[in-house]
Amino acid sequence: MRTKLYQIGQRLLQAVPPVLGVIVISFVLTRALPGDPAVYFAGIAADKESIEQVRKALGLDRSWIEQFFIYAGNLLEGDMGISLNTGRPVLEELMTRLPASLELTFTGLGLAILVAVPLGVLAATRPGSWVDHLCRVLVTAGVSLPTFFTGLFLIYVFYYLVGWAPSPLGRLDILFISPPHVTGFYTVDSLLAGDWETLGAALAQLALPAITLGLFALAPIARMTRAAMLGALASEYVRTARANGLSRVTVLGTYAFRNAALPVLTTLGMVFSFLLGANVLVEKVFSWPGIGSFAIEALVASDYAAVQGFVLSMALLFVVVNLVIDLMLTLIDPRVGVEV
Amino acid sequence: MHRRDFLKTMGVATGASVLPFLRYLPAEAAGRSDTLVVIVGDGINSLDLHRKGTNRPSYQVTVNIYDRLVRFGVKKLKDGTLVYDSTKIEPEIAESWTVSKDGKALTFKISPKAKFWDGSPVTAQDVKWSFDRAVSLGGFPAVQMKAGSMVKPEQFVAVDDKTFRIDLPQPSKLTLPDLAVPVPIVINSKVAKAHATKEDPWAAEYLHKTPAGSGAYKLTRWDPGQQFVYERNEDWALGPKPGVKRVIVREVPAGATRRALIERGDADLYMDVPAKAAKELKEGGKVLVSGAPIDNCLHVLGLSVTHKPFDNLKVRQAVAYALPYKDIVSTAAYGRGKPMFGAKAATPSSIDWPQPFPYDTDLEKAKGLLAEAGMASGFETTLSFNLGLADWQEPTALLIQESLGKIGIKVTLDKIPGANWRTAALVEKRLPMHLENFGGWLNYPDYYFFWAYKHGHLFNSSNYKNDEVEKLVDETMHMETSDPKYAANIKRLIAIAFAEVPRIPLYQPYLDAAMQKSVGGYASWFHRQLDCRAISKT
Repeated sequence: MRTKLYQIGQRLLQAVPPVLGVIVISFVLTRALPGDPAVYFAGIAADKESIEQVRKALGLDRSWIEQFFIYAGNLLEGDMGISLNTGRPVLEELMTRLPASLELTFTGLGLAILVAVPLGVLAATRPGSWVDHLCRVLVTAGVSLPTFFTGLFLIYVFYYLVGWAPSPLGRLDILFISPPHVTGFYTVDSLLAGDWETLGAALAQLALPAITLGLFALAPIARMTRAAMLGALASEYVRTARANGLSRVTVLGTYAFRNAALPVLTTLGMVFSFLLGANVLVEKVFSWPGIGSFAIEALVASDYAAVQGFVLSMALLFVVVNLVIDLMLTLIDPRVGVEV
Repeated sequence: MHRRDFLKTMGVATGASVLPFLRYLPAEAAGRSDTLVVIVGDGINSLDLHRKGTNRPSYQVTVNIYDRLVRFGVKKLKDGTLVYDSTKIEPEIAESWTVSKDGKALTFKISPKAKFWDGSPVTAQDVKWSFDRAVSLGGFPAVQMKAGSMVKPEQFVAVDDKTFRIDLPQPSKLTLPDLAVPVPIVINSKVAKAHATKEDPWAAEYLHKTPAGSGAYKLTRWDPGQQFVYERNEDWALGPKPGVKRVIVREVPAGATRRALIERGDADLYMDVPAKAAKELKEGGKVLVSGAPIDNCLHVLGLSVTHKPFDNLKVRQAVAYALPYKDIVSTAAYGRGKPMFGAKAATPSSIDWPQPFPYDTDLEKAKGLLAEAGMASGFETTLSFNLGLADWQEPTALLIQESLGKIGIKVTLDKIPGANWRTAALVEKRLPMHLENFGGWLNYPDYYFFWAYKHGHLFNSSNYKNDEVEKLVDETMHMETSDPKYAANIKRLIAIAFAEVPRIPLYQPYLDAAMQKSVGGYASWFHRQLDCRAISKT
């Protein structure tokens, strides 16, 4: 256990240089973007004088170096600055929006795993059968359909035509008020509050966007599961296990799948990362108040503090996700060490 | 705890809990009869218009929750559409006003019926503090106040509790209408001052999240990036009682989703519908589409006179004769634009503005003008447009590119992201050929010319400079419209715009809103925001 904690500490220390790099790069990149926030935020009929006033008020008249040290100093105090676009502190903005995005991403990813992993396993055990073909069709569709299209299509069919889905208006219908804030995940919070009605409403709102994301995430997971299972089933240890007359379940579950799970888990980490990015379009289509739409709007308005805050939080999130995945790998397979 | 305190706390608690209990009401009561659900594309970012960085959609909050000294009336167009009336100024906080003989002092009597939400009466000191704030915080509000000749706090005088005076450097027809635009709101100065600090003397941080006004609606909830909710102020007495008790404004970023919501009947009103959707919704017949041409607003093709070859008048005119006006109105504006081409006479016969320019699509004439300019074989140029307004600018640019190709002008399209647009087009003014869409809040032609034709002014993206225009605009800006010289000056200005064409008008755009048939009283405003006060629902 002590060595494990030591290893985790080591990994966290290793994450420090990349995070520092991200802070510098995001700072420089936002400044290098064309577009002048002073002009943008001075308003529709601002003249030169008022633009200069705004520039001064935003501190953009100082040199980059000076601005950077002010920014870094504020970061140390946990202050990520104020988003000009929304007029609220970036930290507060991220804290309310990140749970929305994560809830959606986790649900989407969960759905994808539930469908893709069994599908991949079945396809691998029966190559050339109808399950294998179904797997291939789903994988192709998932890869080739852009998320905003799937989203709009689902809205058109299930909301506009049939009317089964609630109106695509974000995390809760107009008639509901968000549950008391604990985790920021509406489903979890409403469960904690014992409010079944709100839980139902939150799940109903979550269904279509999560399916949209799930369809997108399904393809790489199913493919990877199938390939890894095929590799494992063809291996010598599985042949030995079969030859020794072990049951089918033990052969598939313990010997083949456990070994195939390693590449699948690694893929999951990657899929999770790019799902957070792919979120943006889904969030737009379903009016989801997540972190992706916040970042896009900030980028359009050259809202420096907000863009930097977004990049930084994403970097931290990736560090955590990678760490968790690596730890899970060591649990599954003791041969994998955390040390590098 | 004393009994009285206890009762007070209970009162607050029940007041605050009205909304959270919403979900226990039957859907009909909560969702329909007295609640209006509005969907918009862009969210608000502040509850205080005077603050730096407040975006345009936020102006609607100011319109509904704050009062002004005066407001514009509403008129009905021939087709039944309601639209604000720039010629009719009605009392709001001021029950009456007088203008001094020399026209340099406006004195307002404050209505005893004007009360802030906390019950305290609106006083002249509140008005003065609010106006001082509007001219002192800088940025856009200061510029808008300046249009009405109000630049410094010394001009605002609280004569006594109920009398407020504005002193002007010169009499101006723009001052009174400028008091009815969204900027000069009246804030509860006692509340604001209590939250002011040394670094923040105008309580910008406080009012940004906590409005303190006297308006017909109060803002009870704001979830940034999602929604905000207005509740009717039952004590408001400065006009007819608003028809709906609660207005929920939801942000829906995707246009296709907004359209599905209004067609399915889950939203009552869809503000600022793009032209294509407006046309199709109108033809669909499920919902009402109400819209009117935006006063004093034009979508134009700007030609920068400091860039070759547009410094040559003949080239500019050639371009004006080569534009596919009809196609632009029908396929880029989907018919939701008033044509601004094809006038018969070369000089204006009226002072209407905007009015059609004496150009029409005539490729032979355009070729002839190009030949006269010594460019018979054409030239190459770039046409820049704003990606943030791609819904009309992209198809328009494509049509222009195709049509100019026919007279030998080879056009490359240059898409500029919204954030960079203002810097490139309006501040640096470095785009040779570009699409532009200025609209003046005060509905006078000279006001449009002031912003769009005077040298160095923000919306003069064509770098146009004409000494006669400079002189005429300065002379006419503050002149009463009844002045005998007014009409002559305006006609001359329009004649110059006709002949010189640094800006070629394409059409006058519409502001469209789609709503359920149960919604009435919607009017189209110059500030392009929803004024909920007149909305009713059956």
